[in-house]
Amino acid sequence: MKPILLEVSDLWVEVEGRLVLKGISLKIPVGETHVIFGRNGSGKTTLLMTLMGFPSYKVKQGRIYFKGEDITELPPYERAKRGIGIMFQRPPTIRGVKLRDILKLCAKENGKKIEELARLFNFESFLDREVNKGFSGGELKKSELLQLLLQDPDLVLLDEPESGVDVENLNLIGQMIKRLLQKDTPHRPRTKSGLIITHTGFILQHVAADLGYVVMDGEIYCTGNPLEIFEAIQRFGYEGCKECLRRKMLED
Amino acid sequence: MEERSILREYKPAKEGKIPKDISELTEEEKERLKFLGLDEGLQRVGEFVQVDAKPVLCRRKVEGLEILPITEALKKYDWLSDYYWKLLSPDKDEFTKAAAEDLDDGYFIRVLPGVKIVYPVQTCLYIRTEKVAQKVHNIVIVEEDAELNLVTSCTVHPHVESAFHIGVSEFYVKKRGKLTFSMLHVWGEQTMVRPRTGILIEEGGLYVSTYVSLYPVKDIQTSPICRLTGKGARASFVSIIANHPGSKIDIGGEVWLEAENTSTEIISRAVVYGGENIARGKIVAKSPKVKGHLECQGLMLSDNGIMRAIPELDSHFYDVELTHEAAVGKIARDEVEYLMARGLSEDEATSLIVKGFLTVKVEGIPPSLQAQTDKVLETAKLGF
Repeated sequence: MKPILLEVSDLWVEVEGRLVLKGISLKIPVGETHVIFGRNGSGKTTLLMTLMGFPSYKVKQGRIYFKGEDITELPPYERAKRGIGIMFQRPPTIRGVKLRDILKLCAKENGKKIEELARLFNFESFLDREVNKGFSGGELKKSELLQLLLQDPDLVLLDEPESGVDVENLNLIGQMIKRLLQKDTPHRPRTKSGLIITHTGFILQHVAADLGYVVMDGEIYCTGNPLEIFEAIQRFGYEGCKECLRRKMLED
Repeated sequence: MEERSILREYKPAKEGKIPKDISELTEEEKERLKFLGLDEGLQRVGEFVQVDAKPVLCRRKVEGLEILPITEALKKYDWLSDYYWKLLSPDKDEFTKAAAEDLDDGYFIRVLPGVKIVYPVQTCLYIRTEKVAQKVHNIVIVEEDAELNLVTSCTVHPHVESAFHIGVSEFYVKKRGKLTFSMLHVWGEQTMVRPRTGILIEEGGLYVSTYVSLYPVKDIQTSPICRLTGKGARASFVSIIANHPGSKIDIGGEVWLEAENTSTEIISRAVVYGGENIARGKIVAKSPKVKGHLECQGLMLSDNGIMRAIPELDSHFYDVELTHEAAVGKIARDEVEYLMARGLSEDEATSLIVKGFLTVKVEGIPPSLQAQTDKVLETAKLGF
């Protein structure tokens, strides 16, 4: 049995007075990547934001354990220090702050080389630009992933890494995620885990996942092989999930 | 009248404890002056330091550059009377009057025609005695086709509580000349400051001013008047202010576009932790075919402060382009959270966002001066 890195137990979360997550439970073992499918508005992003600890996501019930520690009440920076990193879907621009400044902050404790990594992913020319300002969809993702590569977290939360990215860049984004999750070196034991939100599922063509979930209306509706789930969604849509006999059998 | 009585509470700077030369300053004082640019490690082509009423260091390292105490320069050059009190009137207010009646010195800097000086000249006006009023008069002349980068640091002794600084400055940029002027202020919490500045720029000349004040001060009020009198002359003013509780900072800037193709930009960035901040700017089009832009941005970090932006555009012709934009707001929550997710505490995140907000890349300013401004920004405590 692999040790469990993240355990979410019966999590109920409210955002701006509205109950969004209704009893989510999941476990991510060390070295595994899980993927969450769901429509817009189903609660996927809320789950990630809650795991990172942003204050507007209020936990009404349930606990979050990371490396065995209850982190439910910890602020985001304490979670970051313990090894959780997040890729934002729509990161903000911070005026006057260069990407390099942020990368330095991300790298401060592990001494990873900024220039080297930026060169590897052909992103050097962005180092001295204001972070996220005027970046295209693909550039935003690269900026986010470069920050995460330097931060080197044990649990990576990725919010729709493929959204707004053209086909050409999707491949590169995929490579960056693989590196982040140690999937580029198949024969070494993996210590990094991931939780990836996907709306379209296309990221699965680049990054293999161990387990998939379908989230509907704030609940985990279905758990299973991510490729099978993706295929079913492609054929029948999320409407199909509602008709799912396997789920009905489980409920009975 | 009330302010005049304030001035009367201060001793003349001539009664200050003035050292013979700079080596007599304490280590703590030297450290502060070093922080503000008086640093052996920095490449400087000239230096001028005045302590209270007396210049204690005045030297130049290159030809084509003159640096003198203004009192000496006035004796040496009869023609200097054509520049002395010509852009400002002693009758402007009680502070100019006080400087005219009882001058404590100041600097005279001139760059000869065609001489382009790359490395900066550093001046420092330093008050080291409690409760004195320092009154200086500075004249800078950049002759035709010449260039000068000037840094002025003004500060008080680290343990001086209360002081008054009056600085009258008259800057002349002749045809096609270029002057960059960076002023770094580190005053004390009880220091009153009244700079009075007049600038005249001839045809094709360029003046780039950066004013930085990030530390607590009691009261600063200034409004330089800059006249662009020849075709194609340009001027830009950038002020970078952190307004702390108990500080009142009122920074203006008035540019008169008096010839065709002159242009100006007045940019102000202020972070208000408390106290009162007023950012004024005025552009007057006195000729057709001129351009001017005013930009004023304020970041409020507290409910216990006031930020007031007063932009003014004044045109006497139809063929002009005058614009202004002003915005006052708070730090965006999503930016703070973004940085917190990268491991920064809320304070650290706020401080970085404030630093970013105050970082203005000034066109035409040499990298060494930009680096110095950045260093002051880096060192100032900009969190809570």
